[in-house]
Amino acid sequence: MQLEAHSLSFRYGKNPWLFKNVEFSVEPGEVVGLVGPSGFGKTTFCRILAGYEQPVEGSVTLGGNPLPVKGYHPVQLVFQHPERAVNPRWKMNKILNEAWKPDKELLDTLGIEQEWLARWPGELSGGELQRFCVARALGPETRFLIADEMTTMLDAVTQAQIWHAVLEIARQREMGIIVVSHEAKLVERLCDRVVELGRRL
Amino acid sequence: MAILEVENLSVSFKRYTRGFKQVKSNVISSLSVEVEEGEIMAIVGASGSGKSLLAQAILGILPRNAIVSGGIKYGGEVLTPPRQRALCGREIALVPQSVNSLDPLMRVGEQVRTSVKSGNAAAAQKEVFERYHLDANVEKMYPFQLSGGMARRVLISTAMVSGARVIIADEPTPGLDERSVAEALKHLREFADSRCAVLLITHDIESALKIADRIAVFYAGTTVEISPVENFRGNGEELWHPFSKALWRALPQNGFVPIPGSQPHPDDLPSGCLFAPRCGMASAECGEALPDMRKLRNGSVRCIHAT
Repeated sequence: MQLEAHSLSFRYGKNPWLFKNVEFSVEPGEVVGLVGPSGFGKTTFCRILAGYEQPVEGSVTLGGNPLPVKGYHPVQLVFQHPERAVNPRWKMNKILNEAWKPDKELLDTLGIEQEWLARWPGELSGGELQRFCVARALGPETRFLIADEMTTMLDAVTQAQIWHAVLEIARQREMGIIVVSHEAKLVERLCDRVVELGRRL
Repeated sequence: MAILEVENLSVSFKRYTRGFKQVKSNVISSLSVEVEEGEIMAIVGASGSGKSLLAQAILGILPRNAIVSGGIKYGGEVLTPPRQRALCGREIALVPQSVNSLDPLMRVGEQVRTSVKSGNAAAAQKEVFERYHLDANVEKMYPFQLSGGMARRVLISTAMVSGARVIIADEPTPGLDERSVAEALKHLREFADSRCAVLLITHDIESALKIADRIAVFYAGTTVEISPVENFRGNGEELWHPFSKALWRALPQNGFVPIPGSQPHPDDLPSGCLFAPRCGMASAECGEALPDMRKLRNGSVRCIHAT
């Protein structure tokens, strides 16, 4: 099942076009880098692919069909700031099981310790929280994962740890990954192919 | 001569969990680091390893429930709370990590001018804005009108015009494009070269390597290694501590090799060496006591096995 964007255009209200007629596609099992200067709409583009935002023109299809509007979304987005992506009034256990029940094996691969499940989000560091956000997004129905600056705030060891786990799971499940990052060396290391957004397309 | 010395600093927090039950978290334990005149000391390490708390401890702006022990000296004299209040913002300036640190109700030009301590504030502010490629109309803007990168440059400007001798820069570069990063780093270097000093807190080892003289590696609230930048090269053969090696080898350009486990939690630190639970070299001795920092060739390290 291919994830495709057909002549996607977007602008906020009457503001100038953020991007116009973008063609983009990802194959299952493929790791694609999405790069470009800040303010060129990378995050907005990801939000459209993941169904958070509707394009002004164009459409997104998954295996030829439009994205579902109900139920578990097959395209999952992981954000840069995990502390803003979790409910501060829920304990980690509830946050983790929000969409599905990750098994012990996945938690071990991502280095999530049992003892953290009883904590509040405020008691964990950014790196620890981000592991939960990744686990939460890796439900069995996830076909594509979008990592929008997923490890930018983390130290190199944690970054390598999370990416190794994610790549391994993607390989097993034939899941596609879109990597958005400013770090050229990380993109080079991870991706099969790199798409540059922001050149007038 | 060391401008700023931190000796055996420990910071812990007491907090209530449930009812009257208190727990003590040791967020920084026996940390020593010093910055010489004309030097940039970079502090790198895991997120949540106490890097920003060190900055707050030096400036005396830790939360009120913090318990601090150990000493901080500025210019050879102990930095007591009254001296901290007198010097911070004048002799010691902070570039804060969060762009939310700007006053949301004050035009940014005005904010920069208030930190000028001598001479013509307006001229100094105009000059520094020009240096950081901030247009003349930016000074009339409020923080919400700035992009992340512009806000970052305003924060750096504020520290630069203050006439400080020591700048503590807490993650000054994320969100900036490549050119602005290079420029911000160059200005910090020039600042240090004018007989001042910079403590650069960052998780971007790449930028630290470009401008710093020495790098201190933090793990779980303490320094595990302080080494000159030259040692950070190749496969990490010249780094002494196993965590520094791991951090170096985990960089995407150096192998991208992860190590299992995670940094211990501050309320639940292991008894001996803080890195021992994840360390391939760990022996029974490592669990006995936190090793002291000791000199090793051109740096220092907190590991009993390093040779």
